[in-house]
Amino acid sequence: MTYDVPVAPGESADIEERIEGAEKGWPMWEVFVRARRGISHVHIGSLHAPDARSALQNARDVYTRRGEGVSVWVVPSSEISAFEPEAAAEYVEANEKVYRLATTYDIPDEVGQM
Amino acid sequence: MSEVIPSTPQGMPVVAMEPRLRLIVSHADDNMVLAQRLGEWISNAPDLEIDIALGNIALDHLGVARALYTHAGALEGQGQREDEFAMRRTEREFLNLLLVEQPNGDFASTIVRQYLFDVYQRLLWGELATGSDDEVLAGIAAKAAKEAAYHHEFSSSWMLRLGDGTEESHARTQRAIDSLWRFTAELSEPYGEAWQRDVDVVFAEAGLRVPDDPYQRSGGREGYHTEHLGFLLAEMQWMDRAYPGMAW
Repeated sequence: MTYDVPVAPGESADIEERIEGAEKGWPMWEVFVRARRGISHVHIGSLHAPDARSALQNARDVYTRRGEGVSVWVVPSSEISAFEPEAAAEYVEANEKVYRLATTYDIPDEVGQM
Repeated sequence: MSEVIPSTPQGMPVVAMEPRLRLIVSHADDNMVLAQRLGEWISNAPDLEIDIALGNIALDHLGVARALYTHAGALEGQGQREDEFAMRRTEREFLNLLLVEQPNGDFASTIVRQYLFDVYQRLLWGELATGSDDEVLAGIAAKAAKEAAYHHEFSSSWMLRLGDGTEESHARTQRAIDSLWRFTAELSEPYGEAWQRDVDVVFAEAGLRVPDDPYQRSGGREGYHTEHLGFLLAEMQWMDRAYPGMAW
């Protein structure tokens, strides 16, 4: 049994090509929100958008509808560099060196965010 | 237009509404009907993010409609609540602009409808927020003005993206303009040049053009609608009409 898949003007008739196009979709963006003045932007998730202006609009709709932030950054995910998981040991290895961990310090509540 | 019979006991005849009440109900109806249309996109939008964006815009419009219906009920003083305005009036009693009741069509069509209406609402709420002697209405307008500014940013940026995008997106956007333009006299009339100026700037930048055909339809504000509103109301109102006063 075969089906005739409707083809929109300008669209490829090759179904494999169309599926590939649909999966590619819009590029991915990482979203960083600063909850209030004086603290850093924090990564809160990602989204798809065709360009930066649209990415900011989508970030507003997806992540900051309830007044979560005073400032929003969007960054193309492809612009982010990361180390390979196998190389993690070279970059992240502090756990056995307790002197590097500030766990023995008591921070008074009045200090607030550090 | 002089004889309008109310079709439900609670429904006020259109002509009997005093002008101030009529104005509030008209704007409430614009927002109610457009919220219902945008809600039809939920789970059907081109992308998850656009689905959420259109849903949020729909909720903004719904919020404005609710506040205005509630205010209208208080002014009228006959105990009508928001649900009675939204759910118990017939097509002939709705006073919304013809543009907002037009079907969603494709995404370009939804964006064109939204943009033309957003330009109108920005001007409207800006005026009512500062120029209305009705404090409640001015308060609703001030909140709605902020939302309308964002809606305008969303829809105008999509006008540019689609109009100046691919051959296909341009063709679809121009087609939507050609088919919806006949409903714009109702929007441009109150704000004349200011409305036209915004449209001219965005169209020029997006490479879109105003149709040559001068034909215009109006009548929404008098309750004369296109064939689409009845179907929209039937879907929106059937549950409340089948189970009057239901709550959940």
